Amino acid sequence: MRFIMFMYPGIEEKDWEPTPEAVAAMGRYNEELRKAGLLLSLDGLRPPSDGGTIRFSSEGEATVTDGPFAEAKEVVGGYWLIQARSKEEALEWASRCPAQDCAIEVRRVAEMEDFPQEVQDAYEGP
Amino acid sequence: MTEATRAIEAVWRIESARLIAGLARMVGDVGFAEDLAQDALVAALEKWPESGVPDNPGAWLMATAKNRAIDRLRREKTYERKREEVARDTGALFALERSDFEAAVDDAIGDDLLALIFTCCHPLLSREARVALTLRLLGGLTTAEIARAFLGSESTVAQRLVRAKRTLRDAKIPFEVPRGDELDERLPSVLEVIYLVFNEGYAASAGEDWIRTDLCEEALRLGRILGELAPREPEVHGLVALLEIQASRLRARRGPDGEPVLLLAQDRGRWDPLLIVRGRRALERAEELPGPLGPYGLQAAIAACHARAIRAEETNWVRIAALYDALAQVQPSPIVELNRAVALAMAFGPEAGLELLEEIKDDPALSNYHLLPSVRGDLLAKAGRHEEAAAEFERAADLTDNARERELLLSRARRPGA
Repeated sequence: MRFIMFMYPGIEEKDWEPTPEAVAAMGRYNEELRKAGLLLSLDGLRPPSDGGTIRFSSEGEATVTDGPFAEAKEVVGGYWLIQARSKEEALEWASRCPAQDCAIEVRRVAEMEDFPQEVQDAYEGP
Repeated sequence: MTEATRAIEAVWRIESARLIAGLARMVGDVGFAEDLAQDALVAALEKWPESGVPDNPGAWLMATAKNRAIDRLRREKTYERKREEVARDTGALFALERSDFEAAVDDAIGDDLLALIFTCCHPLLSREARVALTLRLLGGLTTAEIARAFLGSESTVAQRLVRAKRTLRDAKIPFEVPRGDELDERLPSVLEVIYLVFNEGYAASAGEDWIRTDLCEEALRLGRILGELAPREPEVHGLVALLEIQASRLRARRGPDGEPVLLLAQDRGRWDPLLIVRGRRALERAEELPGPLGPYGLQAAIAACHARAIRAEETNWVRIAALYDALAQVQPSPIVELNRAVALAMAFGPEAGLELLEEIKDDPALSNYHLLPSVRGDLLAKAGRHEEAAAEFERAADLTDNARERELLLSRARRPGA
């Protein structure tokens, strides 16, 4: 099973750059995940102002909005994609993250088998 | 199972291998180390639902297990025992009382884990015993889970584990990472165990699907751990590369009714690009190390060739044929030759493949192997020699145990030109 751990740093955009200490601690944590053979990929994200949001109306019309646009608490700061044998194992790994004043949301990645057959048949690759 | 128990079980899965490895280093016996670790788990199951999981659960489990060990060794020492055992246990006691798990550097933990892997995969043990012991002590799987994975009975697996641990103890196998030549000698046995675990999941011959995927993931996990612990071993990265790339095809190798879909017929859009990238990166690590690629590295390189082709027609068969040629040099086997014949035929036309098949057709190892006449039939059909092809397909149909495959072969025998 695969899980994504989304990090919500809960900081304002002006405080986005992490301290060397925080980066070092996170590096050790990532290394631990790697040594456990579970880390599939990870990325830290630039603040919302380096990106944007496309909103779609009910008619499917797209509108581009520049960031920042949401409350800081709702902004994803990075993610880890890990392999784990259970939700509890993924939650345990997330709880070992050396983080302060933030939230990590753990979500299981949907597998083909989670979908009904007709949906699986309609799938044409990633 | 309550929520608290599931959380404890998750901690156990994360910590048990390091715990057993650290204890085995101190007491010198993996069986005893496992008992101690189990004692600590029982204590956790009693305490943690009330107290909550401690901040550093690994250190808590280690401290608890060490105290149990000291109690047990002190108690047992009062009985009359052989002198060497007392000496050994006094050494263990000394190690237990002196060691400070939390202060232990990362390297030591890594070394312990590596020693545990090598001990579980000791060539003194049968393959089945090595696989079971590895899944038990390194994977933290229960006896029931191992039995379910290998379609055996729980009591058979339990007996196998008991015997394996006794064999290691009786032979006084030291708990250590082999060095130098001995490392080279014993590494293949470790890699073989990981490959067997993966293949058990990959073959999907029977059993429940979830445990199959679990086995593949477990093998990958063990391989990646080994890659971190033994980064200078090209074959470790070669094996990891092979497994990552093979696992990338898991979603594509079954049709809607569960029937197997062969590599060239697979919907490549279903291959997992993340695992392919990981596989290629592991292969690069193997290639960057000194020396030529070993059998796993070469198989990974072949798998990577397939992964690189966006459509089956774009496959670089010339390169694959060359890689099979190299594989035949380092690991000669009639199965490799059979695959090489297919690659040669794809690269240079059916006659090139048939020529090689002519050389190996009398190999006793292939005398009852249905793929030999099946491949030969295929190549003869491509060469327009339909009558000979039909005879080969019939022969192949006689040899296979798989009903679906037999049907397919017989229909090809009826219309070899189709």
